[in-house]
Amino acid sequence: MSETVTVTLVVNGRPVTRAAGAHLTLLRWLRDEAGVTDPKYGCGEGICGACTVLVDGEPVSACIVLAAQVDGAEVTTAAGLLDRDGSLGPLQRAFHEHHAAQCGFCTPGMLMAAAALLSGGRPASREEIRAALHGNLCRCTGYGPIVDAVEAAQVEATQVEAAQVEAAQQGQRR
Amino acid sequence: MSAAEIRSSKAEELRVVHQRLPRHDQQEKIAGSTRYAGDLAFTNMLHARLVRAPVPSAKITRRDAAAAAAVPGVACILFGEDVPHNLIWVDVPGQTVEVAALKASMEVLATDRVRFHGEPVALVVADSEEALTEACDLVDIEYEELPGVFDPAAALAPDAPAVHAPGNLLGEWNIDRGAVDEAFAAADVVVQGTYRTQPVDHAYLEPEVGVGWLDDEGVLTLRVATQVVEHYRDVARILGIPDSRVRVIAPYVGGGFGGKEDMTVEPYLALAVWRTRRPVRMQWSRQESLLARPKRHAMLLRYRTAARADGTILGQEVDITADSGAYAYLSALVLLYSSVHACGPYRVDNVRLRARCAYTNNPPTSAFRGFGGMQVVFGYESQMDLLARRLGIPAADIRKRNALARGDVLPVGQPIETEVLLAQTIDAVCDRAGDKPRPSGPRRAVGRGIASNIQSYGRLVWLNDSAAAWVGWQLDGSLTVRCGVPDIGGGQASSLAQIASEVLGTPMDKITVHFGDSSLTPLAGTTTATRQLLMSGNAVYEACVLLRDGVLGAVAEAAGQPLGGLRLDPGAVTAEGFEMDLREALVICRRRNVPIEALGTFFGPKGKPVVRDLRADRVFPDFTFGTHLCDVEVDLDTGKVRVLRYVAAHDVGRAINPRSVEGQISGAVVQGLGMALLEEVSLDNGVNLTGGLFQYLIPASTDVPDIETVVLESGEGMGPFGARGIGEPPIGPPSAAVASAIHDAIGHRPTVLPITPERVLACVDASEQPG
Repeated sequence: MSETVTVTLVVNGRPVTRAAGAHLTLLRWLRDEAGVTDPKYGCGEGICGACTVLVDGEPVSACIVLAAQVDGAEVTTAAGLLDRDGSLGPLQRAFHEHHAAQCGFCTPGMLMAAAALLSGGRPASREEIRAALHGNLCRCTGYGPIVDAVEAAQVEATQVEAAQVEAAQQGQRR
Repeated sequence: MSAAEIRSSKAEELRVVHQRLPRHDQQEKIAGSTRYAGDLAFTNMLHARLVRAPVPSAKITRRDAAAAAAVPGVACILFGEDVPHNLIWVDVPGQTVEVAALKASMEVLATDRVRFHGEPVALVVADSEEALTEACDLVDIEYEELPGVFDPAAALAPDAPAVHAPGNLLGEWNIDRGAVDEAFAAADVVVQGTYRTQPVDHAYLEPEVGVGWLDDEGVLTLRVATQVVEHYRDVARILGIPDSRVRVIAPYVGGGFGGKEDMTVEPYLALAVWRTRRPVRMQWSRQESLLARPKRHAMLLRYRTAARADGTILGQEVDITADSGAYAYLSALVLLYSSVHACGPYRVDNVRLRARCAYTNNPPTSAFRGFGGMQVVFGYESQMDLLARRLGIPAADIRKRNALARGDVLPVGQPIETEVLLAQTIDAVCDRAGDKPRPSGPRRAVGRGIASNIQSYGRLVWLNDSAAAWVGWQLDGSLTVRCGVPDIGGGQASSLAQIASEVLGTPMDKITVHFGDSSLTPLAGTTTATRQLLMSGNAVYEACVLLRDGVLGAVAEAAGQPLGGLRLDPGAVTAEGFEMDLREALVICRRRNVPIEALGTFFGPKGKPVVRDLRADRVFPDFTFGTHLCDVEVDLDTGKVRVLRYVAAHDVGRAINPRSVEGQISGAVVQGLGMALLEEVSLDNGVNLTGGLFQYLIPASTDVPDIETVVLESGEGMGPFGARGIGEPPIGPPSAAVASAIHDAIGHRPTVLPITPERVLACVDASEQPG
């Protein structure tokens, strides 16, 4: 058994401190220690993208990063994309309007990959959206509705998303 | 009510059904707040994990848990002897092993023999994942390897090692219809082909998982990712306790596709909870899921097709050999589906079919979207294209010429009772696609293929299928629906709300659906076999009709309104010049002892069990038809295939929610494209080499184009409002459509799946070599 380390992360704007095994992945730390269950376990090897979160604004597969490696970081999950009043944020509304979730298991990770793309600020073509999402597998939708949603979201919300992610990183959201 | 009463409504008369509404489950899923089976935790929860066989065929010579049990945090370690009733039964009426009725079993935990790589041998329960890892390594199990057999044809040879004592022939079905030899003798042309399909993994994003606990009444409660809450009965049998003492809850499932139809974590979770009396979570790793969960059957398909010069099919001979893997599971029924669907959506009067599935020491195979009805599409549609090419008839025309129509009889003997829009689906995809694109450069070739299919919806008619649903008004006019349907991501629960809203006028946002609970929701049967819209959809419809008629009758009497003019609108009972608030109407009902809640039960069509030599006037309730078209570009130097365009058309009878229908179609197409081009569970003499999703490649967003869907609505289905099932049917055509497109591009047909670049290059070489 590995030693215990204390890790503090700012999860969706809220500081969380837990003492847990130094070997814990960010995914297990979030799910089992911090009770943040929107990032999902899908493969444990960084392939499927179901555990994608933003770490200081960059998309990361939480299943292949140790929590201790990112001590002090800002972590944003799908719940961090919600508006302040708890309603769906702009990117999430686009997913909703375009029927981009079926079983929904890939959705939290997919949203984070999409949020990272949108935070770039430059409008992406459908091809570029597909490329940006290629590390996030979906077995239900066939991807088309997800690309539709991201395309629609960036038209309206590119700037809004970028500001939101930035705000979340600064821990000012809640 | 019975299936014979087909309820069809004109699309323009519908107010909620047929609308492109957002599904009610999307909000929470997109917010990230849906609690899937693995998202629930208890403070004093234990964790469980299986120790699995590292070899495909062996005798177990020693099992010792002493060292493992000494690991701090280990709660218990169970072997087969610790399981009260260590058998899971498969019972297939009418099926045969050699000559006997099939009653096959497998041990929950193997005691003296393992038959596939990954078979569970021990169950370890501990207070942390870390303790589990350490303890599982220390469970000492010795094996003496035995000869195995890894190919179904080899398994059927007389001297093959026996996987099970009665022999390796697990199931056999035959069809002998018409005068086959005469048909072939009279034919202008005969084409033949041999086709191979591969073992495929479901690869849902959510690996098998569940949490179990004892509730306050001591009821064993399992909240698991499953398509079948009725497995509570199997769990009760294993533990030797009454069915009523086990409850299975299916929360929203992270994908099923048939892979969560058989039990996964349930028996192990149940044993761990029962033994420790504490909450337990069992989460299978992706590697474990790929290693040991049942796969899609690899099949060897041999076809001979006889036709007239004008393209009319005269007869067909089909020989199917399927790999059942090490245990029976649902193989015999999968093979039955293959047999019944083997000649496709075509009129074939003279048919000789022999289908066999054999035990091997490969991973077991069982249910997977399409359930045997999809592998054969690769066979019969390849034959159609060979025939079209040989005769110089366009691919669309030869299909239309032979298309089944209402009144035609399938080779098994079942007549088609509903309108078939096959020709319309063919026209739809061709019209949509327009001209074939041009190659993007030299040494690139473009081709187009189409493929049609037939796929049943609803369960086999001798299974006495039924589904129940309870619908009740709250006093504030909102509505509660209770139905045991597991929602595996296809919008199963949301469709029920839409149906209730249509019949009762209650707005969607005032309807709450409780689903997937074997104790608290009326049982609705499995979310499998493309049956839930047919079954639970009709059950909800029926309950709503009872409710509607009760309220309208009470209001008619109380208010002196003619019954015929009354209707339910959102929040009100109305007629011309009359309106009563629904809440007032509900009070009237209560005064008059008229129930404001109703239980609806729908019974599927009935029929007799089949026997090995198939001849039945009904096997399935009904069928769904469709046609797909795809354009591919082949790189002649690398063999890489790019799907440029994909159009899929199906007659869905009536689209309850067109968005859900389109989602089912496009998702199934992409899953089918994965099987066509990418996916294969890699086995080496029974050793499963597929170690993760880095090896097992499912389509990513960059591998597929936008899937274009065309939804046709005959209104002829047996579901509510004339709906047909659409969950499985669209996964059938992609492999054949892709193969035909490649054939069109390079002049040689791939016949083995998946169609990898190496296999494409072999076809390129074959077509570029003279002669």
